[in-house]
Amino acid sequence: MSHAENPRGAERSARRPRQLFRNLNAKFASLPMILTALVVFVGGTAWTVAHSFTKSRLLPKWDFVGFDQYERLWNSNRWMISVENLMIYGVCSLVLTMVLGFTLAALLDRKIRFESAFRTIFLYPFALSFIVTGLAWQWILNPDFGLQGVVRGWGWESFTFDPLNNPDIVIFGVLIAGLWQGTGFVMVIMLAGLRGIDEDIWKASRVDGIGVAKTYVRVIIPMMRPVFVTALVIIASGIIKLYDLVVAQTNGGPGISSEVPAKYVINYMFQAQNLGQGFAASTMMLLSVIIVLVPWAYLEFGGKKRG
Amino acid sequence: MAETMSPPKSRLLDGPRGSKPKSRFSRRNIFLYGTLLLVSVYYLLPLYVMVVTSLKGMPEIRLGNIFAPPVDITFEPWVKAWAEACTGINCDGLSRGFGNSIKILVPSVALSIAIASVNGYALANWKFKGSEVFFTILIIGAFIPYQTMIYPIVIMLREIKLMGSLWGLVLVHTVFGMPILTLLFRNYFTSLPEELFKAARVDGAGFWGIYFRVMLPMSIPIFVVAMILQVTGIWNDFLFGVIYTKPETYPMTVQLNNIVNSVQGVKEYNVNMAATLLTGLVPLIIYFVSGKLFVRGIAAGAVKG
Amino acid sequence: MNMNANSVEVRDLDLHFGDVKVLQKLNIDIHEGEFLVLLGSSGCGKSTLLNCIAGLLDVTDGQIFIKGDNVTWAEPSDRGIGMVFQSYALYPQMTVEGNLSFGLKNARVPKAEIEKRVARAADVLQIEPLLKRKPGALSGGQRQRVAIGRALVRDVDVFLFDEPLSNLDAKLRTDLRVELKRLHQQLENTMIYVTHDQVEAMTLADRIAIMKGGKIMQLGTPDEIYNRPQNIYVAGFIGSPAMNMIEGQIQGAEFVADGLSLPLDGYEFIGAAPASQAAVIGIRPEHVLTGDAAASVAAKAEVEVQIVEKLGSDTLVHASLGTHNLRLRMDGLSAVKAGDRITVGFDTSRASLFDASSEARL
Repeated sequence: MSHAENPRGAERSARRPRQLFRNLNAKFASLPMILTALVVFVGGTAWTVAHSFTKSRLLPKWDFVGFDQYERLWNSNRWMISVENLMIYGVCSLVLTMVLGFTLAALLDRKIRFESAFRTIFLYPFALSFIVTGLAWQWILNPDFGLQGVVRGWGWESFTFDPLNNPDIVIFGVLIAGLWQGTGFVMVIMLAGLRGIDEDIWKASRVDGIGVAKTYVRVIIPMMRPVFVTALVIIASGIIKLYDLVVAQTNGGPGISSEVPAKYVINYMFQAQNLGQGFAASTMMLLSVIIVLVPWAYLEFGGKKRG
Repeated sequence: MAETMSPPKSRLLDGPRGSKPKSRFSRRNIFLYGTLLLVSVYYLLPLYVMVVTSLKGMPEIRLGNIFAPPVDITFEPWVKAWAEACTGINCDGLSRGFGNSIKILVPSVALSIAIASVNGYALANWKFKGSEVFFTILIIGAFIPYQTMIYPIVIMLREIKLMGSLWGLVLVHTVFGMPILTLLFRNYFTSLPEELFKAARVDGAGFWGIYFRVMLPMSIPIFVVAMILQVTGIWNDFLFGVIYTKPETYPMTVQLNNIVNSVQGVKEYNVNMAATLLTGLVPLIIYFVSGKLFVRGIAAGAVKG
Repeated sequence: MNMNANSVEVRDLDLHFGDVKVLQKLNIDIHEGEFLVLLGSSGCGKSTLLNCIAGLLDVTDGQIFIKGDNVTWAEPSDRGIGMVFQSYALYPQMTVEGNLSFGLKNARVPKAEIEKRVARAADVLQIEPLLKRKPGALSGGQRQRVAIGRALVRDVDVFLFDEPLSNLDAKLRTDLRVELKRLHQQLENTMIYVTHDQVEAMTLADRIAIMKGGKIMQLGTPDEIYNRPQNIYVAGFIGSPAMNMIEGQIQGAEFVADGLSLPLDGYEFIGAAPASQAAVIGIRPEHVLTGDAAASVAAKAEVEVQIVEKLGSDTLVHASLGTHNLRLRMDGLSAVKAGDRITVGFDTSRASLFDASSEARL
């Protein structure tokens, strides 16, 4: 064929390059991601799960003991309190941040003046760490000098609001601080969702004579389903991680009445020197995330493939 | 009153129908702004309480109520929190934690952003077989509780002799910042016109040439967003700081918690609040200065791409 | 066969994305200095083909030759091509000059040579006053000139255009179209031009390749494409308003459809005229004759006018012929109105006949 008379580099460009060496720079650049994903995320998690079936104490040891650690875990009073606290905190926090976050976003979306000032105020706690949040609310809820003391000082001597020293309601004291810190974030997501809704929807609902409240409930909220789901997943995965706030505000007290699972894990791994318990507890945390995540992933991504 | 404002009948035979535009003090507006103001008070109260407490002397705190403005303004608690407050046997205040936090922050932010931006660029423009799989694992990994990865990382850091050092913590922040940052950059680079990338390839620029000469100069805003995200995130971290460093290298949040929640000695609430404010100052300043970019950063995790 | 007369050759090109076959065994020869337009609706594979020629997409199978070199796996910048994009794709942070010289700098062309080439391109495209500006400060038309300039400075033999005028408004589009034609006459390079706009295709092309589903349906001069479409798809795609298609039968020397029989005396069959065959006849609206012209031909029918669209230069009439809808083009001053019954004639020598099952021209 006359193509044989190619002058320049035709030999090379005529042949399909080896798959491995194609795009080599991109592969090189992705190496940190690949290592992180495989070694730390997958490898680390698998290691921990595997070692939760051993009787590791001070050091990780490959002594298989089946479900012993889990049995001990679920028989532990401290773990039960931790789980119960997380359930209460989680349910309240989910419902309240969603309701309050959406309400605030809807109020801000009503074409008000000073919108950005209000938004700035509602969101600033989210910039602060849980440690700062916990310490600030620890002070405000101080029984002698805080809110309770002030109200009593006004003459209402019998006023009692001392959640941080009452084992029955201490988790709600933590909840107040958590809501203060996190609601602004939900509001921002909701506001972005509301802004993403076509202005024409509002015009159409006005033409159809549907009231504002009804439009929200019947039209806007159903349209924002994906936003709600995303917010829900982000908040839920944040709730399971609840740790710093408790450490700063109550350090699990009074007694062990405000313990949470994440704190249980850290305490057993690094203070009680009972690694096996820590691994088992953290595997339970992982399990709860999977329970939250899998249905969501199925709805989000499984549905798309079928559609 | 409203009648006199309407246009003369000669111009518009039929006046406009329907209700008049609502005045500024309609019931709706009073309800709306009333609610917003009330909620604002709830949000601002803790900051206000912290500030006034930190400016009072201890005797005034014991007597008065926490909402009252200080009678005698004193900056003594701030000085003490910064330079004298004790954690364990060290009594050199929060300044050491601040220094540690800066030393952790700067390399962590630089390294995590450098790696994640190149990574996101590769994922957006130079897809290869398996790249999406690794990315999916990375994103799923963001939902795994840190607790299940903490101990293996301790072992890994020990192996590479970085356990307890600042650089070990820098590495941890880089690893855990990777999912959100990679997502952020990947989505941003994907949103840039693909033809620009093609044009650069026709113009003979390669992987790094396109990144540095074409993509990077166009992406300053997203780098600022990433920086805000990382600075606040890393500054506010407590868990990794407490696990992967030693007392001498504790970041500010850990030191703050140790100062305030120490069981020894008399509680000095004013010093505690000054210390708390000092720790919160860096993210607060970033937040108030950056405004919309902060919002964009935290919303980045929420929008799917 | 003299290979050197071909500037770009595509041999058995396949491109699959997973199970989707975007290009299928595609072959095309593009002559030296030719202006070839790839035309088709979106998703037909025309842009994909262009991207394969540019080297921006890896092909699944097949080969691409440019100037006789096998460039199937060569880098885009090594293929001797310049490319102009729909969105202009100018580097926003560089000045016009920087945009023009970026490729040359990457190729390590000496500075003096870069300056010379940039100046020449700027002169040809009359963009000298814009050289120090950034793309953001330019109008759409100016941006597209710069984008063309970026291909120009590369001093290449083959220009690739990916819908370059689609983002411009109608007026500018017409102006730049003329300018592109002039540029082609002046430079005499090979140009491969992707568009979905048939007016652009007809006015610019030496040859048009009409694509559908990753295949070329017809490759020919604008004249051939318009007057002798090789299949029903091409016939229906080209021409606005679209060609009238009537299904029926060829019986002897006549085309018969319900209530209509058209003598086929003047029609040039590709092969021998079939004696009896299920067929589709395609007649362009302007070949449906009215008034005196209708009286002069043998094939006639009476139709009822349903909708009249006044376009100024012509009048477009939608009429019903039995169960068929018929579009015809009349004079701009025509007084015909809805409900009128008029007699129309058919110029069958200029019609197209297609096999009803294979859809190929008879």
